[in-house]
Amino acid sequence: MTYIKPSFRHPELPVNDLGYTKKAYEGAISTLCAGCGHDSISGAIIQACFELSIEPHRVAKLSGIGCSSKTPTYFLGNSHGFNSVHGRMPSIATGANMANRDMIYIGVSGDGDTASIGMGQFVHAVRRNLNMMYVVENNGCYGLTKGQDSATADIGSQTKSGAPNLYEPIDLVTLALDLGATFVARSFSGDKEQLVPLIKAALSHRGFAFIDVISPCVTFNNTGKSTKSYDFVREHIEATGKMDFVPMKEEITTEYEPGNAQDVTMHDGSVMRFLKLDQEFDPTDRRATYNALQDAKEKGDILTGLLYVDPASQELHEVIQTSQKPLRTLTESELCPGQKALDAINAGLR
Amino acid sequence: MRRIDSVNDFVIKFANVNGTGSASANNMFAKAVFRMGVPVSPKNIFPSNIQGLPTWYEVRVNEKGYLGRRGGVDFMVCVNPQSMAKDVQEVLPGGYFLYDNTKQLDLRYVRQDVNYIGIPLTDICLREYTDPRKRQLFKNIIYVGALASLFKMDFAVLKNLVSDQFEGKEKLIAPNIHALELGYQYVETHYPDVCGIRVETRDNVGDRILLDGNTATGLGAVYGGATVAAWYPITPSTSVVEGFEKYAGRLRIDPATGRKNFAIIQAEDELAAIGMVIGAAWNGARSFTATSGPGVSLMNEFLGLAYFAEVPAVLIDVQRTGPSTGMPTRTQQSDILISAYASHGDTKHVLLIPSTPHECFTMTADAFDLAERLQTPVIMLTDLDLGMNDHMTEALSWDDSRQYDRGKVYTAEDLDRIGRFGRYLDSDGDGIPYRTYPGTHPTKGSFFTRGTSRDEYAAYTEDGTVYARNMDRLLKKWDTAKTLVPAPVLHQDRNDSKYGIIFYGTSQFSVLEACDGLLEEGIALDAMRIRSFPFSNTVRDFIDSHEAVFVVEQNRDGQMRTLLINELGLSPDRLIPVLNYDGMPITATWVKSKVRERFPGHNVTTLHAKAGESIE
Ligand SMILES: Cc1ncc(C[n+]2csc(CCOP(=O)(O)OP(=O)(O)O)c2C)c(N)n1
Ligand code: SF4
Ligand SMILES: [Mg+2]
Repeated sequence: MTYIKPSFRHPELPVNDLGYTKKAYEGAISTLCAGCGHDSISGAIIQACFELSIEPHRVAKLSGIGCSSKTPTYFLGNSHGFNSVHGRMPSIATGANMANRDMIYIGVSGDGDTASIGMGQFVHAVRRNLNMMYVVENNGCYGLTKGQDSATADIGSQTKSGAPNLYEPIDLVTLALDLGATFVARSFSGDKEQLVPLIKAALSHRGFAFIDVISPCVTFNNTGKSTKSYDFVREHIEATGKMDFVPMKEEITTEYEPGNAQDVTMHDGSVMRFLKLDQEFDPTDRRATYNALQDAKEKGDILTGLLYVDPASQELHEVIQTSQKPLRTLTESELCPGQKALDAINAGLR
Repeated sequence: MRRIDSVNDFVIKFANVNGTGSASANNMFAKAVFRMGVPVSPKNIFPSNIQGLPTWYEVRVNEKGYLGRRGGVDFMVCVNPQSMAKDVQEVLPGGYFLYDNTKQLDLRYVRQDVNYIGIPLTDICLREYTDPRKRQLFKNIIYVGALASLFKMDFAVLKNLVSDQFEGKEKLIAPNIHALELGYQYVETHYPDVCGIRVETRDNVGDRILLDGNTATGLGAVYGGATVAAWYPITPSTSVVEGFEKYAGRLRIDPATGRKNFAIIQAEDELAAIGMVIGAAWNGARSFTATSGPGVSLMNEFLGLAYFAEVPAVLIDVQRTGPSTGMPTRTQQSDILISAYASHGDTKHVLLIPSTPHECFTMTADAFDLAERLQTPVIMLTDLDLGMNDHMTEALSWDDSRQYDRGKVYTAEDLDRIGRFGRYLDSDGDGIPYRTYPGTHPTKGSFFTRGTSRDEYAAYTEDGTVYARNMDRLLKKWDTAKTLVPAPVLHQDRNDSKYGIIFYGTSQFSVLEACDGLLEEGIALDAMRIRSFPFSNTVRDFIDSHEAVFVVEQNRDGQMRTLLINELGLSPDRLIPVLNYDGMPITATWVKSKVRERFPGHNVTTLHAKAGESIE
């Protein structure tokens, strides 16, 4: 069932294919700190969904606990949301997705929520290739509990508390790659131009689409000695390439120099046009990704952009062969075998 | 020497080594008795181990239909030298001890008051078979054949059983029947008349079936319309999801596409399992998980979320002996309190407590209706004894006209009609609000599900008054639940003793047998079986109408008694605990002895209550 309602709108506001203005994709007013990176990510999600002409109510927003996990309230107000418990969003998302394979699932989490308390659930969602977009709003600290170091904080990085972090960081991107993730990207909340097409591609991917977004916490971790501050990230950011996301319906018009572009066709026919900055890099080659990540690390840079995609990805429903019809729409006639089958079962038990 | 003589009333125990294929042979014996129309109640007593440790299988044969564990062994089949010393000691005076006399019996194991039946099982197998695996497997079948002769059983029943069991693998029928005959003939030749125990054909089984509670539960989930199962393996609950998978795999395949009308996820742990259940139920599917005590402990945080955010969930807890890892392969009823009040904050959960596999089936199916009607977790508490052992139980039945109760869910049309949607509004005055499934309507009915406090319109709030109003509504919903959960079973038309006895779950078999026995001794007790929490008024009335009430449980601390006292505001003095917590199913003998303690001089006085008469 589709509901496209003609409604009065200001003639100057752009509308998408569904006739919605961007307003239809907004949520409640954010209560995060002014300048918090997380708000920019919400903005990018709104923009991407608007541009993709997604029906907002076909999206389910899921999160754990943290400043980052609060953000689903601030986008897609016409979508159902589930702010679950700390670190356990992946299991909620798994169950929700099993119930209805026809919706779009957006999971938002924090670095604490994912890399510490929720690590167990995160890695298993990756390896099951659950069909969802999973965004980590990575600020290297626990914002909501006032700035403690998180497991993604770099050695020596200092939050407002002033003590350098002593432990090795967990790099969620390499971890996801190791676990066989089928879509891996990294971005920066301050780079909307890169983030919006990445989100669009992630939403079109069939399988687990992971985006690690560095998202500075202005209140606790934007210091001169933090490696997750706006300044540090801007100085050290390096991109694998520039990406355009071209929905199926549109003609590909982007100009590019031959040899530098690579098209990746998504399952729905849309195309990711990837303009390489480095000739060697191929986002469908896992080994190339490892090399590029390693090179960047050695230089002390943060590699962003689309890092890896498997266009042939088989999502969980395909792997376990569940019905094409969403399970939640099945009724008694499809679910209950009835007395006759029971008679046969009884007979076998005598 | 004294010899136990008995027809259709005895206990036989098999002492085996884990992993040697004894289970199916022992099962064959029990089923043969059952097919002869005589009630049986088999119990596996097994170690937490896959191979090599002692394991026992105890079968009570009782033509009157007493199915509880009796205690004491009339006939021991011992094919495990490891446990022989202990096994010999367990035999009742005048009982029998069947052993493998290929090796001479250790003199220390010889008792003067026990009848020994030596059969050279190993020798026979060495002679008959060359393959070592066959030697091991057929040894078990040979002693079953021997028992058939000793107990004068109908050999044709055994032959038919073998044919049924190996349907489709016909090659195996003849060798198995041959093995049965080897044992049978050996006894006919060497021990024509040593045994006073008989199994005689009766008609006391009716159309009942032999089934374990876990399989029945899995099947109940198929019939109840569950589409999403998430679980993490743990004894003794594993076979619940295995049962679901087995039957769903047969009965829930889409004929056109061959695809599955269900999804099973083996989760990374129990936290994830219950999270998946909650996620699926939130999104409109019927979902469940099965676990045991350690899993319930892990699920606490999520259960609180589901209670507070009002998301349905069905959780099957097959209880085992705690605390911690406890005795993981022994039974207990010790998760009552953690289940009733799981999670921090003020929480209460609906509990269903079946006593038989038949009830496991019906209650599981009902659990989905209840969870969706009440929008809250429903926890079904079974135990290892019920879940993993076969029980004689009523044939399963299903009303084909039955529609699932999906609870209060607004459709898109409803949303267009009703005006402003309030997810947590008590529109009907029963404490149960309306929900919407995600994706219902493009502009109406969306809301944010959260574990934080919120107002009637699901908006976040830290206003204490609003918070308290919501907590009070949840209590109102709890009152509604009292009218929906399965009523307790009263075992008499009229309560006419001064003394009552309350029990639940697998204690039923032994308590009812104990009540019969006590009545013969002159102690009359009114009996009530609790089947659910919250407690209905019938529970309160039953307790109120008795001077004192025994509460029988298989745990140390009297958890149900505590729950009764706490929820009904009762005086603890009136509730007398009768507790068994050694990990073995409770026996009638135990119940009787504990009740008798309360009645000094019980053997003489008739205790039918008369007004003004006091016993203590
Ligand atoms: C079980 C549990 N433990 C601890 C907390 C407290 N807590 C809330 S948010 C949070 C950390 C959040 O960090 P992150 O996920 O990085 O989100 P951020 O606030 O940085 O966006 C913690 C520890 C909790 N809510 N639940
Ligand atoms: S504390 Fe940090 S993460 Fe939280 S809202 Fe403020 S800036 Fe953002
Ligand atoms: Mg953080």
